Amino acid sequence: MNGGQDLGGTHGHGSVVAEPDEPVFHAEWERRAFALTLAMARPGGWNIDMSRSARENRPPAEYLSMSYYQLWFAALETMLKERDLVTDDEIVAGHALRPPQPGKRVLSAADVAQVLYRGGPTERETNTKAAFKPGDRVRARDINPLTHTRLPRYVRGHIGTIERVIGCHVFPDSNAIGAGENPQWLYTVRFDGPELWGTGSDPSVKVSVDAWEPYLDPAKEIK
Amino acid sequence: MSGHDHHHDHDHSELSETELRVRALETVLTEKGYVDPAALDLLIETYEKKVGPRNGAAVVAKAWADPAFRARLFKDATAAIGELGYAGRQGEHIVALENTPKLHNMVVCTLCSCYPWPVLGLPPVWYKSAPYRSRAVADPRGVLADFGVTLGKDTEIRVWDSTAEIRYLVIPMRPAGTEGWSEEKLADLVTRDSMIGTGLAKAPT
Repeated sequence: MNGGQDLGGTHGHGSVVAEPDEPVFHAEWERRAFALTLAMARPGGWNIDMSRSARENRPPAEYLSMSYYQLWFAALETMLKERDLVTDDEIVAGHALRPPQPGKRVLSAADVAQVLYRGGPTERETNTKAAFKPGDRVRARDINPLTHTRLPRYVRGHIGTIERVIGCHVFPDSNAIGAGENPQWLYTVRFDGPELWGTGSDPSVKVSVDAWEPYLDPAKEIK
Repeated sequence: MSGHDHHHDHDHSELSETELRVRALETVLTEKGYVDPAALDLLIETYEKKVGPRNGAAVVAKAWADPAFRARLFKDATAAIGELGYAGRQGEHIVALENTPKLHNMVVCTLCSCYPWPVLGLPPVWYKSAPYRSRAVADPRGVLADFGVTLGKDTEIRVWDSTAEIRYLVIPMRPAGTEGWSEEKLADLVTRDSMIGTGLAKAPT
């Protein structure tokens, strides 16, 4: 979606201000919101692309006015309610008002280290061949899906060069909407700064995105 | 996105709406048996106390001091970093990026906050903020200036937007005057920002 999360190249946000000796969390509720989000992925059964989609799927003004962990927490509430794991009246009451859904797997303390160490690799085996090879010129498609995508607006329609064939990876556009992993070839695509930001822009800048094959067309350049 | 809790400066007896709601949800989920409170504490402790940029600094120092490790790191960073015991969530597929006098790498996630957790921990607020995410790809030299870093005009600035599940770790240039230093001593020169690409490694004092 062309939402508030797609920030590359937008203006007016000001300078980057780093906080000296920044703590990992700024409040106790941030710790809890972070841990709840990680722990609930197991009984909740959602994937990382669904989580990202739930965070960004809101009016841009709202997205930009919320802190990082406020976004995480809002998305957690959304995903729990969508699955009837929790209801609004229970959050208001601060207590369970209905029995839990049966058969949900819970992340136990004994499993935490192993689950974090394993992570969630996204590379998948495939019988298909990659359509592009390093050095190929490609144009990022001008797509505007209403649902989750990982092709930022600032590269759409622009021509870049395949720098690396990464492998075949879970396709977020499918995975986020529950349409399956639908693995696709993934590439690092490098763009010259002036191709993205205009002829007057800094020629010493190059920017890359990691783009799945359905985001790309072979470039037909006018010679 | 300020990234700050707007209420944390208030009187501690006055709980914000967010604090109350998080507390309420945790109670509901615990009562329903969906979460193990001990698991929550362990998750927090892991990222607050154990996993952080010291891990990445050890990787960089080893790359500086050990040519065989350096070769393995640039061939398959996930495997090489795994040798040091750092692996897993948000670091399943890592690529190491080498800074040189002619090439400076900088990492961003314009779409959210993707960051190599096993080697850098959780990202700082500025990394997740709109100013960084909007400008890193369009005006990286301006962003570097915000961090007090100026590079020569002939240095290529290469920005990596982490749009997939590949996580990038910048290997900064080794400071001059550190010949023969131990990995432990070298690691003290490696800052978090130098591994994101918004800073350089510290000079020896």
